[in-house]
Amino acid sequence: MDFLRPASWEEALAAKAEHPTAVPIAGGTDVMVEINFDHRRPEYLLDLNRIADLYAWEVGEDSVRLGASVPYSRIMEHLRAELPGLALASHTVASPQIRNRGGVGGNLGTASPAGDAHPALLAAGAEVEAESVRGSRRIPIDDFYTGVKRNALAPDELIRAVHIKKADGPQQYAKVGTRNAMVIAVCAFGLALHPETRTVRTGIGSAAPTPVRAAAAEDFLNAALEEGGFWDNGKVITPSVAKQFAELCSAACNPIDDVRGTASYRRHAVGVMARRTLTWTWESYRGTRRTIEGAA
Amino acid sequence: MRVNFTVNGRPQEADDVWEGESLLYVLRERLGLPGSKNACEQGECGSCTVRLDGVPVCSCLVAAGQVEGREVVTVEGLAEYAARRSCGTGACEAGACGTDSGGTSLDEARRWSAQGTRGTDSQTGEGTELAPIQQAFIDAGAVQCGFCTPGLLVAADEMLERNPDPTDADIREALSGNLCRCTGYEKIMDAVRLAAARQSEGA
Repeated sequence: MDFLRPASWEEALAAKAEHPTAVPIAGGTDVMVEINFDHRRPEYLLDLNRIADLYAWEVGEDSVRLGASVPYSRIMEHLRAELPGLALASHTVASPQIRNRGGVGGNLGTASPAGDAHPALLAAGAEVEAESVRGSRRIPIDDFYTGVKRNALAPDELIRAVHIKKADGPQQYAKVGTRNAMVIAVCAFGLALHPETRTVRTGIGSAAPTPVRAAAAEDFLNAALEEGGFWDNGKVITPSVAKQFAELCSAACNPIDDVRGTASYRRHAVGVMARRTLTWTWESYRGTRRTIEGAA
Repeated sequence: MRVNFTVNGRPQEADDVWEGESLLYVLRERLGLPGSKNACEQGECGSCTVRLDGVPVCSCLVAAGQVEGREVVTVEGLAEYAARRSCGTGACEAGACGTDSGGTSLDEARRWSAQGTRGTDSQTGEGTELAPIQQAFIDAGAVQCGFCTPGLLVAADEMLERNPDPTDADIREALSGNLCRCTGYEKIMDAVRLAAARQSEGA
């Protein structure tokens, strides 16, 4: 095994171009487990810890450019207002020790369907900034996950940053597991209200071969909210609408039975989380509207 | 490969390090510092917790090559580390923590033991220099088999540095990455509360 230690991003891209099988390592919270257990013996490890740029973030007008290695603990601490869904998801990652090391770039690189960040990214709307010596490109998050632990990266590409839309409304995240800390999600659900476009976006984790959005559920809810004038009148969501939304979210799952839970449990739990996160975010949206009206 | 880094305030060099080796392995097997414990090797248990540039991490998940040029504090250096911190805040009497010693040498760290040559007592901690969190663990009876203790000490000490007046929820959150299979955590909670109370009295 060779340990490659690029001191700059350009050096890292050159190393990845020269050794496309090199395994990038940043927080190490996935890669080192595989090496410790002898599940993986990569020819090259490509250490990204020395590249300071990967640990920085910029808050822009519409989106946040989040460096691939920004640890979850920093996201929780500094980006709660801009990225509330991702901050909540970050808080559910493992333990403080792991959150101090792991970041969204690793979650995307591993592309496990159980990665905690994915549902939040799908719900908020995001693009992955991938780069190689051939150039840079932005991959929409909806096109990024291509299979179980597979993603749209080319062998010579590295993830540099993720561009995540800043919240324009309430966002929520829910995760089912046996305890609060140190659990791989049995399933997870992210939901974001986007009042500016009058749309709702979702993300489902650990209940299909890849993280997915519940597209039919979103379409149904967007139409129902529009039809009932909910965005304007701020009324409580009709229970039948919430119920059907939940059922459509369950239907968007394609889960398996495994040690963490059965397929039918996952389907059911996703429906429950969908209904709850919709209620929480909508109540928050209504509350904000009331405050604004009261102030006017 | 060779790795140069700082351990407990002193520069160290580890040789013949395999590229896939963890920081934990380097500390235990190459530098002779077995205080950080090897249990799950997958970041689940927190027994190998150390400070890396001040931040608590699982040393089993840090590749040895990643610590080149960086600073690591292990449980063996915790007493000295805590003493320096309290000196920095003016909370200790002048010179009491030996600020001129410049960290903990490998030899000192290897000899570190609550029953060392200095006639120490592992039950009371008398005779050896302990961090306040270590003394609190002894006083509260928070140590049973002791395997998880080093990781808990490092994690708890860091929390008290950051958050001197923690709520029970803060403590549980800060220690949520450390598993103890003996105590049921209640004595550990007592110990951290005790250390926090003593810290605020001393301040």
